[in-house]
Amino acid sequence: MLLDLMKRTFCALFGLCLASGTASALDIQIHYLRQEVPPVATLSELDVAPEDLGLAGARLGLDDNATTGRFLEQNYTLETTWVARDGDWPAAVDAALAQTGLLVIDAPQAALLDAADRAADAGALVFNVAATDVALRDGDCRANLLHTIPSRAMLSDALVQLLVQRRWRDLALITGPHPGDIAFAAAIEASVHKFGLEIGSRADWTLQADLRRSASTEIAALTQSLGEFDVVIAADEVRDFGRYLLYNTWLPRPVVGSEGLVPSAWSPVIEQWGAIQLQNRFRDLAGRSMEDIDYAAWAAVRSIGEAVTRSGDEDPAAIRAYLLSDGFELAGFKGTPLTFRTWNGQLRQPIALSHPRGLTAQAPLDGFLHQANPLDTLGLDVSETTCTAFQ
Amino acid sequence: MHRIPVTRLSTLTLAAALTAFTAQADEIWVTNEKDDTISVIDIDTLEVTRTIPTGDRPRGITFAHDFSVVYICASDSDAVQVMDPVSGEILYDLPSGEDPEQFALHPDNRHLYIANEDDAITTVVDTQSREVVRQISVGIEPEGMAVSPDGTIAITTSETTNMAHWIDTETGDLIANTLVDSRPRHAEFVKGGTELWVSSEIGGTITVFDVATKAEKAKIGFELPRILPSLIQPVGFEFTEGDSHAFVALGPSNHVAVVDAETYEVEDYILVGRRVWHMAFNADRSRLFTTNGVSGDVSVIDVAEREAVKSIQVGRFPWGAAFRQTN
Repeated sequence: MLLDLMKRTFCALFGLCLASGTASALDIQIHYLRQEVPPVATLSELDVAPEDLGLAGARLGLDDNATTGRFLEQNYTLETTWVARDGDWPAAVDAALAQTGLLVIDAPQAALLDAADRAADAGALVFNVAATDVALRDGDCRANLLHTIPSRAMLSDALVQLLVQRRWRDLALITGPHPGDIAFAAAIEASVHKFGLEIGSRADWTLQADLRRSASTEIAALTQSLGEFDVVIAADEVRDFGRYLLYNTWLPRPVVGSEGLVPSAWSPVIEQWGAIQLQNRFRDLAGRSMEDIDYAAWAAVRSIGEAVTRSGDEDPAAIRAYLLSDGFELAGFKGTPLTFRTWNGQLRQPIALSHPRGLTAQAPLDGFLHQANPLDTLGLDVSETTCTAFQ
Repeated sequence: MHRIPVTRLSTLTLAAALTAFTAQADEIWVTNEKDDTISVIDIDTLEVTRTIPTGDRPRGITFAHDFSVVYICASDSDAVQVMDPVSGEILYDLPSGEDPEQFALHPDNRHLYIANEDDAITTVVDTQSREVVRQISVGIEPEGMAVSPDGTIAITTSETTNMAHWIDTETGDLIANTLVDSRPRHAEFVKGGTELWVSSEIGGTITVFDVATKAEKAKIGFELPRILPSLIQPVGFEFTEGDSHAFVALGPSNHVAVVDAETYEVEDYILVGRRVWHMAFNADRSRLFTTNGVSGDVSVIDVAEREAVKSIQVGRFPWGAAFRQTN
């Protein structure tokens, strides 16, 4: 046992690990859990979420880890649990915790917090790959809950940085009725205030007409009522009405937010910074392009892999300590090392500002300065969060 | 009134051309990743004299030891192209495995060690029989390639696995896998093959290994005033005469660092073009040519003065650079 530990330490400290060596094998099991949510009815029938959304990213991360692990005698495995809408989520979480202390979770805020609290009792570490709620990085944070998906605040800050840089100062905001739409609108309002802009006119989305037939007249009338503006922001997380705004506004104005120019963790149009390699590997594995949640799941599994490879320790507490230390950095194909914020467990990362055919910009944009790390101009900085669980 | 001077000028130009033809200058060959071309720079005039079409996405470039042919990684054509450097014609393609990015020519001047970025494989090709001799599984996104001066060890660095893989060239076995910082990009054996240097782009460091023990000997970091540490990304590097100093391309920080190869101290930073990537020296190593991907040019560095003296416009996203001796 002591000899094993010494070998492992030697491997980690000196980075010298013979392929044919006899260092003891590590088995690292990761459990991917997903709580299904009721789908929201939208006007268009075009959007179909891939069945393996998120999971495919975790699988790619596992493949990447396994390749490295092959040289270090570290074996990575991935278990998955799908919990139906009316399924027993707590039981599923407990069953996963009986197997491993490393959970990667795609679930809404309440289910995620329930899992994190159960995991805390078991000394386990949880990665949030889907919930963008700001509260999870703020008052509702948990010490054992890390976030690889950006918060809504990071997304809206990125978008508003672009508006400031473009001098599109006169803003209109149209907000949908769903809780996610309203939360995104609130994040936009906060970002607009943070970067010194103002929203000149607002509207709630109430049109019930079938816009597939009448978008050109209905949208024109709605946007005419908003008066003069440089750009219209669609807060439409469920992607219901945003698609009809484009090219149907009364004044010829760009659409941003949930449609048009969209802030996101990842986009199929990113090809710089070696990203084409990741895109190709993902496409080979999943047969489709990589989405935000896939990227977040990939980043979570890769973060675990980096921590185990560098520290030689698979204990969840040791992994957490390494991820929050200065030693950790993830090469995330975004041109800069990705690290975790030590005040709320959020993965720092550039945000893509893209449309379906190209990457327009990547935030943080030039000129948005920060005393420590420009990535911290996006989302809750240390002075802005009320999270105390990490202290 | 103007006719006579014009005629004189033409005569002079012709004379200059003839002189250049009889005593041809050495050249720097630059691959333009997004233009599918090579720009050939005349070392005396510092002008682009030829632009030669290649396969898709040319990246790694190296000459045979006698400069009779030039090898080009045409990454998206899945081939290593062999070109006649005099005519610029592609003679034939070598089998290379998928997506060849970089390679190193073995001291035997015969075997090419090729990193296949998409396939996590290192391919060994015999340039004479034009056959694949061996394929070796390595980490994800292999990129940097080097062969020791005595030819016994080949190195592949893998960008996502973050390792230098040590390959026994006799058996093709992996004899060691050593961790380095994130996204290793380039590897070189120096000081007669006693040291191995590996650059890490995202890690922002160069790791120096003692080849005999394969243990880490030193780690070199970089620091520039008023430039974010995350933008200081070491990629390509080359050594001055006698391996006394390393010149290190620092990517989007737009600087080249000068490192004392004995003390591992950084002595200088030289401002060059945007996203500096790889580089090549002239024959006496008095001048260094760096490829600057984003600005689409090549910076010429006076090595003694340690400053950039000229920038030369080339194609889009210049990537690799190689020196061609012409006489």
